[in-house]
Amino acid sequence: MNNSPYFLKPASVQSVMLRVLLALLPGIAAYVWFFGAAILVQIALASVTALAAEAVMLKLRGKPLMLFLGDGSALVTAWLIALTFPPIAPWWLTVVGVLAAIVVAKHLYGGLGQNPFNPAMVAFALMIVAYPSLMSQWPAVGITDFAPQWNAIFGARQLDAMTMATPLDALRTALHTADARATVAGVLGHEAMFGNIGGKGWEWVAAGYVLGGVYLLQQRIVTWHMPAAFLATLLAVSGAFSLYDAAHFAGPSFHIFTGGAMLGAFFIVTDPVSGCTTPRGKLIFAAGIALLTWIIRTFGAYPDGIAFAVLLMNIAAPLIDMYTQPPVFGHKGKGRTPDE
Amino acid sequence: MSVLQRLFGFHGGVKPAYNKEASTTQPIAVAPTPTLLVIPLHQSIGGPPRPLVAAGDRVFKGQRIGAADGNVSSAVHASTSGTVVAVEMRLMPHTSGLSALCVVIEPDGRDEWIVRQPFDFRAAAPHQTRDYLRDAGVVGLGGAVFPSYLKLTAGKQGRLDTLVLNGAECEPFITCDDVLMRERAEAILKGAAIMREMLAAGRVLIGIEDNKLQAIAAMEVATRAANQAAGDEAMQVVSVPTRYPAGGAKQLIRVLTGIEVPHGERSTEYGVQCFNVGTAYAIYEAIELGQPLISRIVTVAGNVGNARNFEVLFGTPMRDLIALCDPLPDSDRVIMGGPMMGLLMPANSVPVVKATNCILVGSKKLFPPPPPEMPCIRCGECAKVCPADLQPFEMYWFSRAKIFGKAQEYHLFDCIECGCCAYVCPSRIPLVDYYRFAKSEIWAREVEKESADQARERYEFRLLREERERQEKAAKLAAKTAAGREKAAAALAEAQKPAATPEEDAKKALIAAALERARAQKEQVQPENVSDLTPEQQAEVAAIEARRAEIREMAKPHLRQDD
Repeated sequence: MNNSPYFLKPASVQSVMLRVLLALLPGIAAYVWFFGAAILVQIALASVTALAAEAVMLKLRGKPLMLFLGDGSALVTAWLIALTFPPIAPWWLTVVGVLAAIVVAKHLYGGLGQNPFNPAMVAFALMIVAYPSLMSQWPAVGITDFAPQWNAIFGARQLDAMTMATPLDALRTALHTADARATVAGVLGHEAMFGNIGGKGWEWVAAGYVLGGVYLLQQRIVTWHMPAAFLATLLAVSGAFSLYDAAHFAGPSFHIFTGGAMLGAFFIVTDPVSGCTTPRGKLIFAAGIALLTWIIRTFGAYPDGIAFAVLLMNIAAPLIDMYTQPPVFGHKGKGRTPDE
Repeated sequence: MSVLQRLFGFHGGVKPAYNKEASTTQPIAVAPTPTLLVIPLHQSIGGPPRPLVAAGDRVFKGQRIGAADGNVSSAVHASTSGTVVAVEMRLMPHTSGLSALCVVIEPDGRDEWIVRQPFDFRAAAPHQTRDYLRDAGVVGLGGAVFPSYLKLTAGKQGRLDTLVLNGAECEPFITCDDVLMRERAEAILKGAAIMREMLAAGRVLIGIEDNKLQAIAAMEVATRAANQAAGDEAMQVVSVPTRYPAGGAKQLIRVLTGIEVPHGERSTEYGVQCFNVGTAYAIYEAIELGQPLISRIVTVAGNVGNARNFEVLFGTPMRDLIALCDPLPDSDRVIMGGPMMGLLMPANSVPVVKATNCILVGSKKLFPPPPPEMPCIRCGECAKVCPADLQPFEMYWFSRAKIFGKAQEYHLFDCIECGCCAYVCPSRIPLVDYYRFAKSEIWAREVEKESADQARERYEFRLLREERERQEKAAKLAAKTAAGREKAAAALAEAQKPAATPEEDAKKALIAAALERARAQKEQVQPENVSDLTPEQQAEVAAIEARRAEIREMAKPHLRQDD
């Protein structure tokens, strides 16, 4: 017989995770529209791998299989991996990434709720370090034929015709390696792939993630702190440097609508397990990720910096939490003063 | 009449289904007197009262059968007239299933009162009024059963800004305060007026959740009349937003005044005191009618066909009340209190006591067993709803790992166990159970440590005493020998004064040797095994010596007495 409270609000980890998956759908839809159905193949591949790996690990650890397999957390990790990896990456790249996330980053650290690092970002960081070229082959916008994409994933890889660097990658490469006369405006104006804001097609995918993010906010699954702090910081830093030297630093709208920024803001930075939990801690945590992301994007060797930024801030999360504990009832300003 | 009262929020809270309608459709019924009343002596916070009756005694209704014992304690009375059948251990209305001393009374059916005399509290000194209320057994009827007389002091300033009457009644199913306010508003306000005078309170704010429209209306009418009679505007009904736990004393004080009373501090230090409306009614009955607390309003609700409120004599078995309410056949448990904080009863035969605001009949359908516990995913839902602004998942983490020091650093003892965190947790973790466990472990360890400390002090004191006795004995012995020899030597010297002989020198040497021996003996009392010690050991010895010196200092008065 249990103790009080005797009745509970209907809520479950499963329902939280399923709503996160639901929130990813608009972004996925835009993804398919602009870049073809390959992403669906990758999502399916990642999901099956994740569930299988989860099942094996649960079995090995002697945990109730159906209870944990049904919680949906492995699927969220799998989908995020698929959405951050190139959609035409060879199948084994996705599989190895998912295995690293589920087996190493999740279960070896104690399973659901125990992982200090964001599993999806562990997978991304691992694979981009191990296979930088494969992780940089992104489909060109508008080429949505399924057959060559399928071949790229499972068969012979003849990629030249269909791939191109992502906008972030192209801009970084141009600014870093080309002659000193290259400017942001020059690259962005010249290349066909750059859309109106942050890269053709990608800005619509980002818009889809924003839609999902708003749903998560409305459902109170994420609080405003992290997305707001992340986007505001990214905007502030890129804006300041773009004002300082517009020729060599891309502006805020580009940074926010390109790469994984929106996916990161609402779905990755907000991972509760590996992030901060106090209101002030969330602000610092997300702002730190944004700052590191901008630095890595601008000065680093990798095309997008979110994964490394998240992992670095994951390390700092417990410390940040410790120093940002909110005052408890009656201990604010000596209790006497009404503080509203 | 009423000025618009500015309201403050409190952090967190939840909105469970209230389920209050069923038990408010009928007026309060008087529960029939049972064939046997089992009245526990210990019904309040504080020391258990001393029994004043024995088996075979005849008692009147309202006769004191248990006297307050100690600084924090409250008297207990016979709920009706009859014969004491036994004073014995009986099962208590508590989850633990423990028994405690109860007075078992067989009612004689005559319901004969003691001589009831109103108490003129204006003529009495404040401490006399408090003693009277202690002996009338008035305790907080919101559920905490803290002796009310202890709360009726105005604190250091000698006056209060605000007296808060708590009619929020935020827990689902419970409606005893609601119906009491509907039916006996005037008496409640009379009680409130008495408390206001005792506390020298400037104003009285009556906080009622805005889902109790009838109670608010009734209390407003009575307040208007009371204000008119008093010629001021001191009393005011304030409807507060319905959100559990708005009826927590600290939460209600915060909502009405904006003041947060920290854990472990008296609210009077902040110029405010809070009483349940039922307590105000009990004070009215005790002071103006001369009736001690022998009954209360109890809601019977949950898995019953006919939920309602009763006026119940303390000692009535819960079973009897449930039987009056058509319990459904699938009922499988009895809870005292509401579904958020109530206690599971060990049997339905346990008696109604002062803390019984509600008898909640449960079933698997009404309160389904919780789904299996999942790991915490740190989603923070619990922190969002915590009315004490705690980080419940951190406290859970450390309680589970038995790192109790850390749990305390995260303010475990500020937790009021309202259950909001467990109510919303998507991982279905029984969080409050973890906090109860951690708290009881910490208490147990403190008690253990205290007794260990006492034992150590006793032991060290004994060592000290033995050492002192040895020293004294040795000193006495030495002095005696030395004195005796000196005397003998002196006599001898006197006799052979004229010539200083070598013999005399030898004697002097003898004396010197004796003195030396005595000194050596004295030194021997010091422990000898302290030679050949490592520096660490020496440091440890020094530390122990220092502590001993301290104790010696502390023990000085006792030593003198001993001498």
